Amino acid sequence: MSVTVRIPTQLRPLTNGSPEIALQSGKLSAVLGELSGVYPELKSRIFDDEGKLRRFINVFVSDEDVRFLDGLDTEVADQSVVSIVPAVAGGI
Amino acid sequence: MSFVKALRCRECGHVYPIEALHVCEFCFGPLEVDYDYEGIAAHISRDTIEKGPGTIWRYRDLLPVESDEYVDLGAGWTPLVRARNLAKVLGIGELYIKNDTLNPTGSFKDRVVSVALSKAKELGFKVAACASTGNLANSVAAHAAWAGMESYVFVPSNLESAKVIATSVYGGTVVAIDGNYDDVNRLCAEIASEEPEWAFVNVNLRTYYSEGSKTLAYEVAEQLGWRFPDHVVVPVGSGSQLTKINKGFNELYKVGLVNDQPNVKVSGAQPTGCSPVASAFFSGAEFIKPQKPSTIAKSLAIGNPADGVYALDVVRKTGGGFGSVSDEEVIAGIRLLAQTEGIFAETAGGVTVATLKKLVEEQKISKDETVVCYITGNGQKTVEALAPSSEVTATIKPNLEQFSALLQDLRS
Repeated sequence: MSVTVRIPTQLRPLTNGSPEIALQSGKLSAVLGELSGVYPELKSRIFDDEGKLRRFINVFVSDEDVRFLDGLDTEVADQSVVSIVPAVAGGI
Repeated sequence: MSFVKALRCRECGHVYPIEALHVCEFCFGPLEVDYDYEGIAAHISRDTIEKGPGTIWRYRDLLPVESDEYVDLGAGWTPLVRARNLAKVLGIGELYIKNDTLNPTGSFKDRVVSVALSKAKELGFKVAACASTGNLANSVAAHAAWAGMESYVFVPSNLESAKVIATSVYGGTVVAIDGNYDDVNRLCAEIASEEPEWAFVNVNLRTYYSEGSKTLAYEVAEQLGWRFPDHVVVPVGSGSQLTKINKGFNELYKVGLVNDQPNVKVSGAQPTGCSPVASAFFSGAEFIKPQKPSTIAKSLAIGNPADGVYALDVVRKTGGGFGSVSDEEVIAGIRLLAQTEGIFAETAGGVTVATLKKLVEEQKISKDETVVCYITGNGQKTVEALAPSSEVTATIKPNLEQFSALLQDLRS
């Protein structure tokens, strides 16, 4: 029961350069919690002081923005991909 | 030479070198170009600008490029048209149209791409890329062709055919993504991580790219005789253009090119089918709630706007308003502008004109204001939006009698 979390360039120095991390499936909050357990420095980059996702981070589960799903309560099913993407990109 | 000191995070102030970076590594906030404004003020003058090229590069001291070898197809210095007919219809005293349909590839994107690819060449990039709703794709493909760069443009698969044709003609690779612009954008942000040798103009070069939109403010002030308008109406997709127009006015004052402090109300225009920033404005929210776009104004169909919060902030602080207009109002706006001023705008321009009309009706724009309406893309690109409601007046045989009969009918 494994999921893949994709790490953006900006955070790879904190994952020893790894672009993808395999973790257990479950709720998004649990998946990202496990990620912060493995790489403690990631925690404060992904979450704000209140434990919410930071304002300038977008998280996608199976290509869908979690704000259109259940946010941190979104279920991340086996084999799915979680992408962490900086919000500031694109358009004008 | 340039007056760029560094890049600085807009949120936490962290300082970065002048490289292809767009996001703060600490808080993920956007990076902004930090200039030596005192140096610029000592160096720049109205006279040197007026003697400069008839493109955005007349303002080179205020743009983040070192080299003199610009990637320049002639973007900018487009006409500021006194719109007397439209003003009369709407009941505005002094109205101008900034006609950016007349850029090399037909939209204001040529301004930002000219800056981005000039910087890309300077930083040694050989490949240009972008996520686009169409106008940017046209512009990146054209400028890359001129600059001898490879290009990869990524667009949503439901894009207007004219925008696809006007991109592929320049060569380069056009990849349609089965999804909306936000999907394209997210994919490109991920590709940018995997292909660091690519200059994604609106991802890793975004910090430089977006600065090109400041020239929309510089030109308007210069064309008005070095004064500021009272009110501007700007279309909002990601919100970057609106934010940068406001920045441009402030910079002109900061470097002493205009003596009076700017007091320009900045109003935003969105189609109701994709109006996350307008919705936040109306509901008093501090944050933008993303939306799944459904609108004919595809160049504004960005449901997850990167600079939405900043655009919201500018509109609120300057005392501007917002318009959220239906597809029918967009079509009516395109026709109104065409039939009063002879300017054919793309759907985003219809959104802007419809918003202008609405703001006047709601008395958010007063009769004694000098108003500038930014028309940022050419109508030839989005003819499909008008096709269902556009027909010839009549079809006749090549025969003078038939024509005379028709004329009688039409006049009766």
